Amino acid sequence: MMTEPLLQVKEITKLYAANKGCANVSFDLYPGEVLGIVGESGSGKSTLLSCLSARLAPDSGTIQYRNRAGEMLDLYGLSESRQRQLQRTEWGIVHQHARDGLRMGVSGGANIGERLMATGERHYGNLRATAEQWMSDVELDTDRIDDKPTTYSGGMQQRLQIARNLVTHPRLVFMDEPTGGLDVSVQARLLDLLRRLVTELNLAVVIVTHDLAVARLLAQRLIVMRRGEVVETGLTDQVLDDPQHAYTQLLVSSVLTP
Amino acid sequence: MQTMIEVEGLTKVFTLHNQGGITLPVFSGIDFRARQGECTVLFGESGSGKSTLLRSLYANYLPSRGSIRVRHRGEMVELTGAPSQTLLEIRRETIGYVSQFLRVIPRVSTLDVVAQPLRERGVDQVTAHQRAGELLERLHIPQRLWSLPPGTFSGGEQQRVNIARGFIVDYPILLLDEPTASLDQRNASIVVELIREARQNGSAVVGIFHDAEVRNAVADRIFEIAPGDKTQDKAVS
Repeated sequence: MMTEPLLQVKEITKLYAANKGCANVSFDLYPGEVLGIVGESGSGKSTLLSCLSARLAPDSGTIQYRNRAGEMLDLYGLSESRQRQLQRTEWGIVHQHARDGLRMGVSGGANIGERLMATGERHYGNLRATAEQWMSDVELDTDRIDDKPTTYSGGMQQRLQIARNLVTHPRLVFMDEPTGGLDVSVQARLLDLLRRLVTELNLAVVIVTHDLAVARLLAQRLIVMRRGEVVETGLTDQVLDDPQHAYTQLLVSSVLTP
Repeated sequence: MQTMIEVEGLTKVFTLHNQGGITLPVFSGIDFRARQGECTVLFGESGSGKSTLLRSLYANYLPSRGSIRVRHRGEMVELTGAPSQTLLEIRRETIGYVSQFLRVIPRVSTLDVVAQPLRERGVDQVTAHQRAGELLERLHIPQRLWSLPPGTFSGGEQQRVNIARGFIVDYPILLLDEPTASLDQRNASIVVELIREARQNGSAVVGIFHDAEVRNAVADRIFEIAPGDKTQDKAVS
């Protein structure tokens, strides 16, 4: 009755020191599913995300990914070039700081076109047209297509980073605090955009955030981490409305509601 | 008539770990059934656990003990301990829930908020918007508001948007937490009509209604939650 998982994570551990990193994390992610990873800073969320996206080899455990062709791949059994190919063609990685995910020296349009070229598109007219289309999809003014991202505001840079990631129609997107450091009004716009794109493109997403409101808005399922360990998992609204673990209860009760 | 919800020995205790591990028992050992084409009203004084029971049926609260089974795709499925994917599928297809308050998403229009459950089921936008418009019209939300996010609407208007969203899909099971709480007479009677229609279409409706008039207008059975072992399930004659 259910489809096959896209990502199968089994007992992933990556520790820099005791309680520093992530330990024994397991979960399955299905196509079209948005999984939130929440917890305070230093809880190992970002370490886990790096392991999942083939950017940091775990000490132990396995991560399996089902590619477009339906083959189940052992992520860390792949060569580095195959890993990079997955990152370029089947995945997107949205960094907290847009600068980490953009090339600041080339134009906004080129940032989008470049990803597309990496998947084989060469026709300049097509590249430019697609870049324009994506800029308007993420609500960027297409008049700014030839400007470098250094001239963009923080919110615009973040939207450009998202366009750059989505242009290749990834199946799985990793996001690390995508709304962190943005003004609240800009955040709301970005969240709405992400929500819309996730539904329209049927993306599977793993999103790391310390913001429970962001998690509630985007994620169907939550993993709560503390000191490198998963302390609670469940449907987002269940975890937030009826938290079971002491740490989750603390996290939920510490949120200020305006 | 077919049983749609079957609850056995349901117990809920809240444990507040950060307040010295205080435990707050809500109810214990509840047995409950809801049937196709019937409206069951949860009744009891404030604090008796009506909302807690309703939320448990939606897998929003986790039971401390006991079993909750719902008919999903023709089979009784246990909610307790079910994988998230199963719960999400059940919510998409089988159980609708109308809470007291609308959770507003910034920048999403009223029409889209109402149409969303249909869109999630793969219905095209034109059809979903048309159906959303019909419901909004019935609930007296003026068309000039449809393109606006409901965040700035009055309490009663938000409540009606919430109701439209809950009734847009013909869910086999419909859970209603005080849907008429902030509505005037005219709109409350529309909600009564909607509930009767859902029931006629074979939904099992379970609801909490403080307004006695609404309660009497829709209840086929009254399930009274009382402290201790006095919980009662009575048909309304």
